[in-house]
Amino acid sequence: MAEFLQFLISGLTVGAVYALVALGFTLIYNASGVVNFAQGEFVMLGGMVTVFASAAGVPLVLAAFIAVVVAVVIGLLLHRLAIEPARGASAVTLIIITIGASILFRGIAAIIFDKQFHKLPGFTGETPIDILGAAVQPQSFWVLGGAAVVVVALYVFLEHTLLGKAVLATAANRLAARLVGINTTTIMALAFGGSAAIGAIAGILVTPITLTSYDVGTLLALKGFAAAMLGGMGNPVGAVVGGLLLGLLEAFGAGYLSSTYKDAFAFLVILIVLFVAPQGLFGRRVVERV
Amino acid sequence: MGALLNQRFLTLAVLAVVIAVLPFVFPSSYYFRVASLVWVSALAAIGLNILMGQAGQVSLGHAAFFGIGAYAVAIGPTHLGIPPWAALLIGAALSAVLAYLVGRPILRLKGHYLAIATLGLGVLVALVISTESGWTGGPDGMPVERLTLFGWRVSGSYTWYWVTGALLLVGTWIALNLDETPTGRAFRALHDSEVAAQVVGVDVARFKLQAFVIAAVYASIAGSALAFMNGFINPDQAGFLHSVELVTIVVLGGLGSVVGSIVGAVVLVTLPQALTMFHEYEHLLLGLIIVVSMIFMRNGIVPSLSGLFLRRARS
Repeated sequence: MAEFLQFLISGLTVGAVYALVALGFTLIYNASGVVNFAQGEFVMLGGMVTVFASAAGVPLVLAAFIAVVVAVVIGLLLHRLAIEPARGASAVTLIIITIGASILFRGIAAIIFDKQFHKLPGFTGETPIDILGAAVQPQSFWVLGGAAVVVVALYVFLEHTLLGKAVLATAANRLAARLVGINTTTIMALAFGGSAAIGAIAGILVTPITLTSYDVGTLLALKGFAAAMLGGMGNPVGAVVGGLLLGLLEAFGAGYLSSTYKDAFAFLVILIVLFVAPQGLFGRRVVERV
Repeated sequence: MGALLNQRFLTLAVLAVVIAVLPFVFPSSYYFRVASLVWVSALAAIGLNILMGQAGQVSLGHAAFFGIGAYAVAIGPTHLGIPPWAALLIGAALSAVLAYLVGRPILRLKGHYLAIATLGLGVLVALVISTESGWTGGPDGMPVERLTLFGWRVSGSYTWYWVTGALLLVGTWIALNLDETPTGRAFRALHDSEVAAQVVGVDVARFKLQAFVIAAVYASIAGSALAFMNGFINPDQAGFLHSVELVTIVVLGGLGSVVGSIVGAVVLVTLPQALTMFHEYEHLLLGLIIVVSMIFMRNGIVPSLSGLFLRRARS
């Protein structure tokens, strides 16, 4: 029981991070139709900037704030300098652009920061809490709670503010949104900025547990993409469920089956799901019009 | 038809002349090595272009087949005592079988779902390669026995320049011819509209699968050639970044253009070599090259340029 609980909590913790990355994917995908492979780099930036700012003597809260601002600026630049000029390019071309951007960000991070692993102290100490025999790091609660706050905030924003409704309108039909007077370019910029902030927050929350380095983004982007697909691309609820599910699968797979193939479970499962349900778990069936 | 035949012949002839003439201007063996790397990448990209450019299906995990080809010639002779040339064929056959088995369910998917499925396949193969270190040497890689053909030991960058050049010529010839066969036309039909292709009687599933298998065999043979040439192999060759590199070569050169894949390989392989003095900035520059070239050459170098010439000629 204790073992099961241990895997459950560590799975949910990692899953919450995947969920946030997948949510970032979904936000950008809905607003612009772009699959942004640089999403993992925002997570890296969140962790790395916080580590280096707090090492320079900046208080942790302020360092975290700086990290989010840096990520948002980078996200806006990515949209303005790479996505906007390539408007109208094919989906594959846009994917390659964002992958190129992620390689670029990684290269810059390796030069500005370094190639070492870095750790942040847990926000509220490091003494494990005993829950029915399972030793849980206090930081796990920060990750789960932080992710929940982000998800709720995003929900309130999308459903209860005018700007949020404009985002939803753009996602539903870009042309129609423009016709009713929504500036879709601004909405896309907003989506990139918002996704960057979400990614950075995930990076800041999880760094005390998983450490960070200049190249953690790649695998996170792949798994976040897998999570978004698992839930059905473009569906925010699906992204969160997909992320949590992926985290649980990894934790239980690593715990009960094989820890060396921990990273393989995510992709094995996504292949199996796609074989059975080609539109993901919560995706709509798209009918091709002729 | 005669004009088409001529154009095909011309493309091959120009390529053959370029391969034959380059050695006269190369000042050192380093240049032969870089050129061989270009030929190998071009070969893999031409195969991928049959899948992406002709049949219109994306693969973000194509380095998996490159890796299978490379590790087949590494593991076969070292662990199983298989002759190197036979290991190359076995690698190609394994790649074809894997592509066939996985392709059946995967190729039903469309767009981003196909992208993530092929990506997943690529990551899985790369993971197996870097984890099963008893066979593959793990993340550190493993040495590859030299290729011997009828007692002739194939080694040295000069020799490999010719071997890879010849492989590229054959690969180009097959790809150019394929475009004009009923199969090639079926690929183009699927690319333009799957529904329309199906309506006129093209077996969509079968032809997609064929394109996938062909592309896998190209990549596998290219991988084997690189492994023999380097005498060493590591899991990076099967990894996600290499898959991205192959897709970038195809798109940068021009989807559907065989010459484009070669031009794309020239750009993407030689540029990083030319920039090795900025070793610290390697990733930064590679990322920048990819982003900038994709924004400004989104239709690919060769289609963009030939479009320009056609417009000039008309006006």
